[in-house]
Amino acid sequence: MKRYDMIVVGAGPAGLSAAIEAARRGLRVVVYDENEKPGGQLFKQIHKFFGSKEHKAKIRGFKIGEELLSEAAALGVEVVLNAIVIGLFREKEITVKIGESVEHIKGDTVLIATGASENMVTFPGWTLPGVIGAGAAQTMMNLHGILPGQRVLMLGSGNVGLVVSFQLMQAGCEVVALADAAPRVGGYGVHASKVARCGVPFYLSHTIISADGDDHVTGVTIGEVDKSWKIIPGTEKHFDVDTICLAVGLSPMSKLCDMAGCEMEDNPAKAGFVPKTDKFGETSVAGIYAAGDVSGIEEASSAMIEGRIAGIAAAARLGFITVEERDDEAAKQEAALDGLRKGMFAPGMRGKAISETEEGVPLSQSLLNHGFVADDEIERFPGVTHSKGIHPVIECTQNIPCNPCQDACPKHCIRVGSNITALPSIDPEVKCTGCGMCVASCSGQAIFLVNEDCGDGTAEVTLPYEFLPLPQKGDKGTALSRSGEAVCSAEVVGVRSTKAFDHTNLLTMKVPAEFAMKARFFRRED
Amino acid sequence: MRIKEHPILGTYNKGETVRFTFDGRELEGCAGEPIAMALKNAGVMVHRYTKKEHKPRGIFCAIGRCTDCVMVVNGKPNVRTCITPLEAGMDVRTQYGVTAEQPEGAVTK
Repeated sequence: MKRYDMIVVGAGPAGLSAAIEAARRGLRVVVYDENEKPGGQLFKQIHKFFGSKEHKAKIRGFKIGEELLSEAAALGVEVVLNAIVIGLFREKEITVKIGESVEHIKGDTVLIATGASENMVTFPGWTLPGVIGAGAAQTMMNLHGILPGQRVLMLGSGNVGLVVSFQLMQAGCEVVALADAAPRVGGYGVHASKVARCGVPFYLSHTIISADGDDHVTGVTIGEVDKSWKIIPGTEKHFDVDTICLAVGLSPMSKLCDMAGCEMEDNPAKAGFVPKTDKFGETSVAGIYAAGDVSGIEEASSAMIEGRIAGIAAAARLGFITVEERDDEAAKQEAALDGLRKGMFAPGMRGKAISETEEGVPLSQSLLNHGFVADDEIERFPGVTHSKGIHPVIECTQNIPCNPCQDACPKHCIRVGSNITALPSIDPEVKCTGCGMCVASCSGQAIFLVNEDCGDGTAEVTLPYEFLPLPQKGDKGTALSRSGEAVCSAEVVGVRSTKAFDHTNLLTMKVPAEFAMKARFFRRED
Repeated sequence: MRIKEHPILGTYNKGETVRFTFDGRELEGCAGEPIAMALKNAGVMVHRYTKKEHKPRGIFCAIGRCTDCVMVVNGKPNVRTCITPLEAGMDVRTQYGVTAEQPEGAVTK
């Protein structure tokens, strides 16, 4: 029987990170993954990640995946693909199905990093071809270059629903509406805002009544729900769509943990049935660890750190490092993890209604109810200031763990401070040069450069632009507001694309001066 | 439909164009991509009909988990087309229940 110091189940962000940390400390590590390619869902994540430098903030997910794979390969980690782990036993023995054969392997430690599966909702017509999971949409467009549909309705306003809606538009689909039965947007406001300003209407307190079509989707009917989630008669709205995308949460795939006899719990804060773990990710069965979504739904960023901690702990368990070394090294990772678990969207905050920011600024209710900050709300946030000449306007209005903007400005005019969730503020003493690094560095695409008065009755607004075809200088079109409504005509006066911006183009448009604080997106005349 | 150029990913690194058949009809796809992607590109939405109620099913999870997209491939039923790489000359058929035989009297559209 083959034997390894550590068997990792799942080659996603948590599994690969654990394998890297363990292999670096001398363990012989094998990683099994049921998929044809490693990386888990990272290669479908084409947006820039949140967090700070230590969390690989402002790097796109698929790039992080490439980094992890090359790091693992350099350390001699064996990654076996198309390999389904079908059994896990208390003695840390596994059975793995590879092709038509089943192998039996012994590990001295085992890490379960099997991730999560998508939740579903049912409604008449939900089984029709054309109703897909949000993950399926990502797989089609971001891995295989296939358009999931022409006209799409998204159900779910959590980060997955918001991010995938944006990605659908980047791929060239039209997102006709975003619906959620909850009364408030579930994901980051900045993700909602970048979808809303493209003109996607948000229907909160709405759910799908039915999908229409004979042998595939041709339309969808949604309706408003009351407080007991019942459809309010007369509120039905119909959309002609060919695709309905479901982004209604994730559940831990923890069956292997259960099978191995790990003590399990149903924990709503972790979004499901998960193994109980200690601070190193070790389950109740000594030597069996769990990390990433399988032990509680979070982001890929936290999955990577949990994986690293488990890798370090496994090394100590087998005597490759001392317990003191483990405690020291794990403490650093835990500090990084704590940073990510702060703010309004921290795991402990699930379901809690929040009315103001840590700074005491009342939250934008329009953002929560409609996906965009209203004109009469935006001025109260510390990143939104006015000054002569070009200056940044930071429309970051919720406490999320993210600070790349602070490091991006070469003049240090943006300040988040040591508290990673603080709202960014602007130092009025420092002169903005208009370099645009802050605009491109903001993972939430919430920073704009504004020259409110160019002296001739016009203003210039520079915005992040990640769509094709890329408008050119001289192009005329329409400026859209935060809500995606056409507010005035606009002319592109500059488009900047440099390697440092990493595919976030900076589009500068000229608008009448009175729209300087309203115009936030550009739509070209066809 | 294929995405020609993506604002973040640029162009996609696809395999060579190969021919395969879907219910006897000749189609083209890229070698190595999942069969389901080649079918989706060709506008095929229905992969199978359920056994009891003859309800259509197509791509749903696209990662090999839900089994909605299974078809009869080279005579073998229940092949998860979303994770099975396309090869030249593959014989891909709509699955009815667990076979490629359309049941008599079944109403399919």
